[in-house]
Amino acid sequence: MIDFLITFSLTLLMVLMVLNLGGLLLWVERKGSAVLQDRIGANRAAVFGKLPFNLGIVNTLVADPIKLFTKEDFVPPGADKLLHTLAPAIGLVPLLVTFIVIPFGDVLIIGGREITLQAANLNIGILYVLAMVSLSVYGVVLGGWASNNRWALLGGIRGSAQMISYEIPLGLALIGVVLAFGSLDLQEITRAQGALIGGWIPAWGIVYQPVAFLIFLAAGIAESKRIPFDLPEAESELISGYFTEYSGAKQAMFMLGDFVEAIIVAGLITTLFFGGWQIPFLLRDGFHFPWGGTLALPSLLVTLLQVGAFTLKVLFFCWLQIMIRWTLPRFRYDQLISLGWKILLPLALANVMLTALIILLFE
Amino acid sequence: MVPISYHLILSGILFTIGVTGVLLRRNIIIIFMAIELMLNAVNLSFVALARHFGNMDGQIIVFFVMSVAAAEVAVGLAIILLVFRGRETVNADELNLMRW
Amino acid sequence: MDFVTFFALAIPLVVIAIMVIAHPSPVYSALFLVLTLFLLAVYFLFLDAHMVAALQIIVYAGAIMVLFLFVIMLLNLQSDTQPTPRHGLGRAAIIGGVILVAELGLLLQRSSSEQAESALPENFGTVEALGSQLFTTYLLPFEITGILLLVAVVGAVVLAKR
Repeated sequence: MIDFLITFSLTLLMVLMVLNLGGLLLWVERKGSAVLQDRIGANRAAVFGKLPFNLGIVNTLVADPIKLFTKEDFVPPGADKLLHTLAPAIGLVPLLVTFIVIPFGDVLIIGGREITLQAANLNIGILYVLAMVSLSVYGVVLGGWASNNRWALLGGIRGSAQMISYEIPLGLALIGVVLAFGSLDLQEITRAQGALIGGWIPAWGIVYQPVAFLIFLAAGIAESKRIPFDLPEAESELISGYFTEYSGAKQAMFMLGDFVEAIIVAGLITTLFFGGWQIPFLLRDGFHFPWGGTLALPSLLVTLLQVGAFTLKVLFFCWLQIMIRWTLPRFRYDQLISLGWKILLPLALANVMLTALIILLFE
Repeated sequence: MVPISYHLILSGILFTIGVTGVLLRRNIIIIFMAIELMLNAVNLSFVALARHFGNMDGQIIVFFVMSVAAAEVAVGLAIILLVFRGRETVNADELNLMRW
Repeated sequence: MDFVTFFALAIPLVVIAIMVIAHPSPVYSALFLVLTLFLLAVYFLFLDAHMVAALQIIVYAGAIMVLFLFVIMLLNLQSDTQPTPRHGLGRAAIIGGVILVAELGLLLQRSSSEQAESALPENFGTVEALGSQLFTTYLLPFEITGILLLVAVVGAVVLAKR
């Protein structure tokens, strides 16, 4: 019973964390893009009257959701009502449940009980992530088809082809990491990254698999359909692609889905390539510096530090994706497909072969 | 525990539904999907038998069935696309010429 | 797998599988097939086939069915307006159904005398177990499957380029 409660609360915590992070990213996206483009950005709504500066927090986190959720929920005539309503949920739910396998801390010790800070420990680990991400494609496809609109249909077709194509380099990049750490369980992969190479360099995934990191980043951004790979919703060509005919809460779900996908990519990059919750030299009983010093810390503080480190790293990679989004121009569709199949796929295959060869030679 | 025969009967029912689909529907894509359903019914009995005998071989055969199905779908859908380009139809009854 | 789980999965499976072949709209058919495949993946989980369940979702639900939907959307197929039943096929279906029911009856009749389940070996159905079998005992079929997939890729490209 108590085990069930622990798993339940961990899952709930994870989902709530992701949803809140999604909201936060909306703010970062709107204000961050304004900073990048040297304009003021969202500042219309304010609580304390006219201030000399406005961070736009009220605007994006209070006014925007109120506006979105009170708008008319329009279903175009001739559209398939059932699928039109279901599509945003089909797109969002698989993404939300992906997070249960991502570990956000080592162990939490409460009353002599060790709780692993990972909602579900599945022996298929990374495969579960791939499975859920591949299911989220249906939201795009159905949203595009059910709207009874040519732009939406084109967006849906583009989205399905793009997401299938980029799943392959994504999966192959993951295989490189799995080969390097010899495990599919994300918690075990993170623990393995606590080791030190030569006593100094933390053994993070990026050290072993730099190529896989680049492939994963590119394929991950393509998978979340963000610029420079946002062809399914390219507004200058397709109005807004597969969610052209969506308004109100349903559109908000699609937008949230975009952000959640960005968080998944950031979470996986953090876990696989940047040590997850690991802080260099921090073990379970405190810091052990390579130059000889130690700094003992209570167990609870260590756990808090680890969770904090994980959150910070995830936030950093979310920020990185948003910066990429507002810096780069969009690919053409044929460029997108040939980048996926002719560059990323062979590169990922070569990376897997090389990794396997090195492991074979040195172990 | 459910006896193995229950799994096999379920597998048989699913397979029959697939056969019925192939026989009764005229849309090639739906016929194709019914074939996928039949493959999956067979997979189900393989996995159930693998569990029953505690032997992994059944699961490995499922792995091969899946790869062959993937290959089949890639080529099959390409053929359907090509046929549709030439004949503007996906009705199996209207596709009665060996060449066009 | 206990009886409750079995029926909770088997009844929706059969109903949804019937919807796959009975629904007039190809898009809905494809979606019901996705649902069938998803339920089968859950079924596999209960049969201790974790790797196969994951592959079922990644390969079937995530790739093959998206391809189906892609083609349906590309051809912009509408619902079948007039089903054209063919009488000979109807008769064949009846005969086949009778044979199937007879076989199932025979199976049920014999099921009382069946042997108990064997004990499961260590790490049954895990990625490690499946992988090591694939790369040792079944290496040759594995390689041949690889060649088959290559042929399929080349074939699809050649066909689509015509």
